[in-house]
Amino acid sequence: MIAGSKLEKVIASGQFAVTGELGPPKSADITQLKHHAHEMRNHVEAYNLTDNQTAIVRTSSIACGAVLIQMGLEPVIQMTVRDRNRICLQSDLLGAVALGVKNVLCLSGDHQKFGNEPGAKGVFDIDSMQLIQTLKNMRDQGKFIGGEELEHPLEKIFIGAVANPFADPFEYRVDRLEKKINAGVNFIQTQCIFDIERFKKWMEMVRERGLHKKVAILGGVTPIKSLGAAKYMKNNVSGITIPDEIITRLQGAEKKKEEGLKICIETIQQLKEIEGVAGVHVMAIAWEEVVPEIVERAGLYPRPAL
Amino acid sequence: MIIADRKPLDQIKEMLAPYKRVCVLGCGTCVTVCMAGGQKEAEELAALIRIQRKQDQQDAVVEAFTIERQCEFEFIDQVLDRLKEFDVVLSLACGVGLQTMVEHVPDLLVLPGLNTKAMGYPVEQGVWVERCLGCGDCVLHLTQGICPITRCAKSLLNGPCGGSAEGKCEISKDTDCAWHLIHDRLVKLGRLSVLAEIQPPKDWSSSHHGGPRTIVREDVKLDRGE
Repeated sequence: MIAGSKLEKVIASGQFAVTGELGPPKSADITQLKHHAHEMRNHVEAYNLTDNQTAIVRTSSIACGAVLIQMGLEPVIQMTVRDRNRICLQSDLLGAVALGVKNVLCLSGDHQKFGNEPGAKGVFDIDSMQLIQTLKNMRDQGKFIGGEELEHPLEKIFIGAVANPFADPFEYRVDRLEKKINAGVNFIQTQCIFDIERFKKWMEMVRERGLHKKVAILGGVTPIKSLGAAKYMKNNVSGITIPDEIITRLQGAEKKKEEGLKICIETIQQLKEIEGVAGVHVMAIAWEEVVPEIVERAGLYPRPAL
Repeated sequence: MIIADRKPLDQIKEMLAPYKRVCVLGCGTCVTVCMAGGQKEAEELAALIRIQRKQDQQDAVVEAFTIERQCEFEFIDQVLDRLKEFDVVLSLACGVGLQTMVEHVPDLLVLPGLNTKAMGYPVEQGVWVERCLGCGDCVLHLTQGICPITRCAKSLLNGPCGGSAEGKCEISKDTDCAWHLIHDRLVKLGRLSVLAEIQPPKDWSSSHHGGPRTIVREDVKLDRGE
């Protein structure tokens, strides 16, 4: 056990883990976020709190994480390298740990051009690989990037990162996972899986190298609410691939929402059967209320009692 | 070379409004080659300003000429007397050339006629691409001649992010993913193992982030009086 977070414990127990995702609002009123967190509290081990996702200014993920901790819930703090340099990233990590955060997820972050401040200066002082290594060094060696030592050892954290088997070059995506493992990552959440065949192929390559034994891989899923949402994601969301079959299936469906849910639940059921998949990460952004139903219908309820 | 682009005419008009005697000064090196600020462009711009002044019924003397490089004192000196006859010099050099003029001749009023864009090269007539950010610590030996600092929109050092799709960057389908190019080149050269090594955080102090840079070469420096 590294950090002893609930997420880590479920993974370590060999049971299929479930994480949810909450997007902080474009205001300081986090009533809705707390409501969603409360609603799915019995259905997920932990909640990712996105870090100004798609480069849109939102309440800080660490601030929202602190509120979740006050509610007795467990956050996974997303940290992108887009908006903060190494001074700020390391400082925020210390702050997050001081607030009781145990899970941190390292990402590059969508380019600032996608957000509501497209004229912003992108920081990218370090990259996501280096962020993983930085957190590991702070945790295990008590050292900052510059080599100076932390005044006091850091409470242990469970370090996460993302993998996108749908990005290119495809053959490099397993190399990249291995590189993240070497950098020190403990768990992985993948980009939303719609192209299950490609995901299976990626997992096969992962298993060939035994990487699934070195890191816990949580497959990412997203329920699609409408045909429009599917088309939008297909054409506009960076890093997401939606096969034509999904579009056709939604087109042909009478009840689009139910079809979207079905696709999501079927994906989870398939993920459960894939060797080396340690859990699922449910990203129901702007449709959070449906998470309990997804978890239940996918046969993942009740959640393990620890 | 340094690539620049002419400022919008309206902005130039507004900048020059208070002045009667205007010199449009071209620069004979980079901006001549990239067709933004050479003799031809200086003459064209001077003509446009004359027409505009005439339309607005404002008196003006607008002349255009070019020096080899505005970023070297000796070339500026060659036209110094002539420049002093004007109320203002509209420099069609890059930002370096303009500032060299101002530092060398503080009494001279010099305004920018161009927006300095990038260090790069023309891939075809009329299309220039950026290839160097001048970070001060070249990594092209690691990436086999493709710069991730400049060509990756996130200046990543450890491979392509999750936004790379079909060889293109997430910011635009017109922008190649630099890391996809690097990956393919490393595969071709049998050097993919380089990509497996974790590159540590870059020391940006060698770049502009360390403050404006002064490069001193003791071996070529002349002592006073020599």
